[in-house]
Amino acid sequence: MVAETNNNHVIYKYLRSKKKFPSVWCPGCGIGTIMGALIRAIDRLGLEKDDVALVSGIGCSGRLPVYVDFNTLHTTHGRALAFATGLKLARPKMEVIVIMGDGDALAIGGNHFIHAARRNIDMTAIVINNSIYGMTGGQVSPATPTGDFATTAPYGNIEQPFDIARLAEAAGAVFVARSTAYHAIELDKLLEQAIVKKGFAVVEAISQCPVSYGKMNRSGSAVDMLRWQKDNTMRVEAWGKLPPEERAHKISRGVLVNREGVPEYVEEYYKIIERVKTA
Amino acid sequence: MQGNEACALGALAAGVRFYAGYPITPSTEIAEILASELPKVGGVFIQMEDEIASLSAVIGASLGGLKAMTATSGPGFSLMQESIGYAAIAEVPCVIVDVQRLGPSTGQPTSPAQGDVMQARWGTHGDHPIIALCPSSVRESYELTILAFNFSEKYRTPVILLLDEVVGHLRERVELPAPGSMEVVERLRPVVPPEWYFPYEEGAMDVPPLVPFGEGYRYHVTGLLHDRAGFPTQRLDEINPWLQRVNRKIELSLDDIVRTVEENTEDARAVIVAYGATARSAREAMHLARQKRRKVGLLKLLTIWPFPEMAIDHLVHDTNVETIIVPEMNLGQLRLEVERVVRGRATVRGVNRADGEMITPQQILEALGYGK
Repeated sequence: MVAETNNNHVIYKYLRSKKKFPSVWCPGCGIGTIMGALIRAIDRLGLEKDDVALVSGIGCSGRLPVYVDFNTLHTTHGRALAFATGLKLARPKMEVIVIMGDGDALAIGGNHFIHAARRNIDMTAIVINNSIYGMTGGQVSPATPTGDFATTAPYGNIEQPFDIARLAEAAGAVFVARSTAYHAIELDKLLEQAIVKKGFAVVEAISQCPVSYGKMNRSGSAVDMLRWQKDNTMRVEAWGKLPPEERAHKISRGVLVNREGVPEYVEEYYKIIERVKTA
Repeated sequence: MQGNEACALGALAAGVRFYAGYPITPSTEIAEILASELPKVGGVFIQMEDEIASLSAVIGASLGGLKAMTATSGPGFSLMQESIGYAAIAEVPCVIVDVQRLGPSTGQPTSPAQGDVMQARWGTHGDHPIIALCPSSVRESYELTILAFNFSEKYRTPVILLLDEVVGHLRERVELPAPGSMEVVERLRPVVPPEWYFPYEEGAMDVPPLVPFGEGYRYHVTGLLHDRAGFPTQRLDEINPWLQRVNRKIELSLDDIVRTVEENTEDARAVIVAYGATARSAREAMHLARQKRRKVGLLKLLTIWPFPEMAIDHLVHDTNVETIIVPEMNLGQLRLEVERVVRGRATVRGVNRADGEMITPQQILEALGYGK
């Protein structure tokens, strides 16, 4: 009984023992926490390791799949969803989970993001949002808040960031959820739901980058940044009850979009095959 | 039958079961035919949002176990370069058809050219090997497509099939090989259980066996330089052997990969080295010259990368060839390779145009000194 409730055991069941540890992530980074949430979600769903594929882009978030014992594919910058589309169509029964950073998914990968959502292809897109390009030393990303500092915005960011959830919804995603590294246990559950959901499911996982983003924006330590995640987010149910002027100051967490009745791409295509297949 | 159509049919005969592409003149017919035909054989066709996504999806599908291809032309080929490099380093079988049109840039979408030859070799960054084939007829479009798939599976490499607007769009009567008569090669699977499998450990002829995702073998694929397990590495004693193996796997099999056709070269004093649509004009020029009792031969290149060094070397070393003519619908790309291999042992002369018109037999005769 102890083994089943001890979270550490679950993690070791899924880490690649032949991979060199410690990981490439900085002390205080939230990506490892998010990886833990993903592992627990997959474990609770009872998925076979051979039936899971993790496809990632380039960046700190892109380094996640190599550490875990699934079918793992580390692709080019921004194109993870396109690789994943091919893989899913070739192996429709595979649970395809795509891991991208905010820059990877929404800057260079923006086009593939909106089209994968539009197709409603059955996969789970996890956008690990630390509002910066961490791997390359802290450049501004499409998720960096206006006024924040980055190495390529030394005088302050003059752009508006994407609202990732609304972008995903508008493009056609049937499931959109958001949480943070601080709310790891909540994230487990949202990831479970996202994986189970048939269609294009997006989970935005807010993470802290204390080394790049944090230093330039005086965010303090990783603990301070985690506390920020706690203090500046709230459950969507409560957030919805806030007066409109106050909503801009808080980020909502939970299931933000959950639609039924939208045809899913792989299923629709395989119906065509059934219809026209000659022998 | 049209060249593009023959290419699509060749792909089906080779076992293609995944196509992802983006419309672009003059390649679109390949996509349209496969959109119709693939689901009939249980395969998948998807039009992606751009060429980058197209080749990315092809690579994903290949790792999922399907023979996969895309087709494009110059502007799309330029977009695909990063993914070509990815497929080369991750050693993922796939076929990329480039139906060349006049460039640079948007150029002239409906005019032929052979301007992507060097790009096929070096378009993607870094030191990577590549195989590129070049048909000159509708029948060759069919045959070389099958060969492209065979090479991609055999050598775990992307293979580029360079058509051009003439070969792709021309219609000619063709007798295709009987179904099942051409060899179709499947990728080698591992013979060891999953715990013993390393996706990048050299197997026979330096090619590691490849098993698709989802069949019990879980491994990592990345575009980072990696060790035999696929894990990223910066160790010199892992990077250098990898680099050598990946290049050696092509070099060891040049006998198989480099295909050329020689006509009338044994007694030739001048040989035309040609490829693609230009080879048709070259052949005609050779016949016209022979009618005038000039000793002219033809070396038609079906494989252009790796460059057929031995075939050229044999010409200058073992025959009486004094002059080599290299006609190309570009400003002299493959001629550079011929000059390199010939090393001054014969005169090398180009016949070049990059204006959307085919090179005529007359132009080639003039270069030979036999024109009027």
